[in-house]
Amino acid sequence: MDQDQIIKKPLRITELVLIVIAVVIGSGAYMLGGIGMDQDINANYWVQLGVMLALGIIFHIVLRLRAPFADQYILPLALALNGLGLAMIHRLDLVPPGESLANNQLMWTILSVVISIAIVWGIKDYRNMRRFTYIWLLASAILLILPFLPFIGVEIYGSRIWVNLGIGSFQPGEVAKLTLAIFFASYLSANRDLILLAGKKIGPLTFPRIQDLGPLVVAWLVAMGVLIFQRDIGSAALFFGLFMAMIYLATSRLSWLILGVSAAAVGAVIAASLFPHVQARVDGWIHAFDMDMIYAEHGSHQVVQGLFGLASGGLFGSGLGQGRPDMVFAANSDMIIASFGEELGLVGLAAILILFFIFITRIMRIGLSARDAFGKLLAAGMGCTIAIQLFVVAGGVLRVIPLTGLTTPFMAAGGSSLLANWMIVGLILLISDTANRPMQSGPMVNASGFGAGAAVPGRPIGAGEPK
Amino acid sequence: MNESIRYAWFGIVAILLVLLGAASYVQVIGADDLRTHEANTRELYKQFGGPRGPILVDGEPIAESVPSDSTSFDYQRVYHDPSLYSGLTGFYSLAYGQTGLEQRLNDWLSGQSDDLFIERIRQSITGAENPGASVELTIDQKTQEVAYEALPEGVQASVVVSEPDTGRILAMASRPNYDTNLLAVHSTTEASENMAALKESGTSPYLNQPTAEIAQPGSTFKLIDTIAMLESGEYSPDDTVNVPNELPLPQTQNSISNFAGGICDQRDSADLTWIFAQSCNTPFASAAMDMGQEPLLDVAERFGFNDDSISIPLSVEASTFPTDDLPDATLAQSVLGQVDVRATALQMNMIAAGIANDGTVMTPQLVESVRGPDLNVLEEPKPKVYSEAISSETAGQMTDMMQEVVQSGTAMPARSSIPIAAKTGTAQIGTDGKVNSWITGFAPADDPQVAVTLVYQNVDYSVGHKLTATNLKTIVEAVVEQ
Repeated sequence: MDQDQIIKKPLRITELVLIVIAVVIGSGAYMLGGIGMDQDINANYWVQLGVMLALGIIFHIVLRLRAPFADQYILPLALALNGLGLAMIHRLDLVPPGESLANNQLMWTILSVVISIAIVWGIKDYRNMRRFTYIWLLASAILLILPFLPFIGVEIYGSRIWVNLGIGSFQPGEVAKLTLAIFFASYLSANRDLILLAGKKIGPLTFPRIQDLGPLVVAWLVAMGVLIFQRDIGSAALFFGLFMAMIYLATSRLSWLILGVSAAAVGAVIAASLFPHVQARVDGWIHAFDMDMIYAEHGSHQVVQGLFGLASGGLFGSGLGQGRPDMVFAANSDMIIASFGEELGLVGLAAILILFFIFITRIMRIGLSARDAFGKLLAAGMGCTIAIQLFVVAGGVLRVIPLTGLTTPFMAAGGSSLLANWMIVGLILLISDTANRPMQSGPMVNASGFGAGAAVPGRPIGAGEPK
Repeated sequence: MNESIRYAWFGIVAILLVLLGAASYVQVIGADDLRTHEANTRELYKQFGGPRGPILVDGEPIAESVPSDSTSFDYQRVYHDPSLYSGLTGFYSLAYGQTGLEQRLNDWLSGQSDDLFIERIRQSITGAENPGASVELTIDQKTQEVAYEALPEGVQASVVVSEPDTGRILAMASRPNYDTNLLAVHSTTEASENMAALKESGTSPYLNQPTAEIAQPGSTFKLIDTIAMLESGEYSPDDTVNVPNELPLPQTQNSISNFAGGICDQRDSADLTWIFAQSCNTPFASAAMDMGQEPLLDVAERFGFNDDSISIPLSVEASTFPTDDLPDATLAQSVLGQVDVRATALQMNMIAAGIANDGTVMTPQLVESVRGPDLNVLEEPKPKVYSEAISSETAGQMTDMMQEVVQSGTAMPARSSIPIAAKTGTAQIGTDGKVNSWITGFAPADDPQVAVTLVYQNVDYSVGHKLTATNLKTIVEAVVEQ
């Protein structure tokens, strides 16, 4: 009998319907933002809608062909978040004197989705990636060093995390987050047994051997290096959080978390006492509402303006195009959460946070269902990365923690972040396709043990081992 | 590994709950504290960009909010004929706040007044924008234009025209003035550049001169002296008084003289009407020293001096007559409208208007009516008596004497087919020969329709003297209905 007739490929109707809804939400918001800013809905708006719909449907078709068992919620969720981000960037473009970042962002969206499709199309078996463990580490290191190279490295707002590619600036650290996750997943899936078995038991906790602490030290050094040389607190926290999450996922050992959090605390204290820019962030957080602090040069103006915007939005928000999110610095990138809170209100902001939550939950679920350790670690690790990133940026905007510059996944203006997150989408879809694909095996044959070789219909088969 | 993935997911749930909790606190629970924080300029911006009621003159807007091309602000405040009206309207600026009527009537214009409460509820239900109330001024456009014409360019000057029996202000203008629109621009950088340029030119956009600029009133203050003299019972218009050429001031080396080379020195004595018409100094200084400070202060205060509570609803700077005991020598100079005596143009207009209105001073008023968005009248100030300053008999005597000023005295260029009553004044300021030239009066003398006050500050005597009476006549002839 032909295999294809036995394994029925899902039609992915759920995904198709959700893609249409996601595009209607994103491009609908895009139009509403335009109307709110007194624009006429001209051909450009319909082109934008057409592009988004085309991207969704092409991706959908590719998934049907190449990864028919992939999760059906991931793509629509990513499209919805991406579409909402475009809508807010476009609405902020319309504030005089006017910009055209949304078109740029749409170009990046197309490029990112195409690369994501290429990942789904081109990678036959994601498990092959684990073979190049140290290549991923090397790639991460190169990506992190790029901004320091002469001619292409650029310093913006005091952080050295950009490279200028001539056609526009790019943040290689965003992609490094992905390559580091692959490195950790590959390293830990290979070595977790060793790390798990050896160790000293102190009370209820089993602490790792000194020689097994290597990766932790590497991660700590990477995070501190980013903090010190790139002066990017948000990325440092993200890299370290990513590593801690993955080592916990791999070992289920609280002892690692305790060691890691201690190391992070020590690093934070050292950083805060040595580097004025870290100290300034903490001061601006604690004393945010002091008038002196608000108007200080590296004071709390940005976060306070964001909070004022959120407060003016209230429960239901001003409506798209009706608020003043442009009063906040970086309203379309680092502070885009505040822009949404102002114009869509608590209701809209909560909806966006829940969209993220469902997205991350689906990724974690893919981690649960993956059949290999590498897939599990990679999926759950990337889910945790997005969760940590969301917490660092939204928590900063909402003043739960000090504000650090990090992009909101899929939403913030900036191509590198978009590209990295769509690459994650591609990998996640591949992992979930493999996880959900029915085992390709013929009818069960009892080849050995008790009752081997006989399968008489109507009679119970004796198990391999007698009960 | 599944166990750790589940626990990690619990951590992610915790993150979501923390973020939702924080968002709820910032946006709803603690939002009021944030909205009212002193560093929060959003409410200001919201109000600034919102619609606002117009200020009307004869039903035509002199200040109105028109839909704006700017997407940050929905409306732009636009002022029409700012040179005529800048002092009255003041400006409505993001960078510099509000002044003038824009400030004083802000509750009405912005729609925040308690009387508009019902209207606000209706709008919050229908979703309509609150356009604020419209304010119609008592200003008469034609009178305002004529009055403004009387102010020559390059001279610091003020004019006030009012209706004696109601206190309604028909015209109030001044020079120098400025273009209010320059400060109402949305861009704060542009506004501050324009403000710097204004200051450079020496124009203050904060003051409405006719109500804010207090200047020495000179001989127009003899209106107060004469009333005090008549009320004392010691003098009457036909009584003869001495006119010394020079009056020595007690306990000083100084003396008071009459206007050099003037007609006063040609007579040793004359009746009060004549010395009032010729504005001789020595008899009034002498009479003041005889009467003492008390009755003069009393009369001055009945007409509004030393009162800082007058609001039209522009706030009016208090005109001053010293309340401390003055030495006779100082009193003798003060009653000539010199030394520490200061008056606004509006104050001198109230004196003329009070005499015209049989001795009853009406509270000056700029607002004719306030109307809600659906044109219902929300407020209509009724004419209000400021004070029963003098008896109608005294007022009648004063009117006759003031007519004589025009017929045969210092204001002869104002002679007209319309009977005009007036008093001129020339206050010497400093030692460089510059003067404040005043005239205040009313017409027609037998049935007063308007009280008119003009002041030209810091001008040469010859310039000021030529302008006052002639321009008074021009204004009266243009606006009095015969």
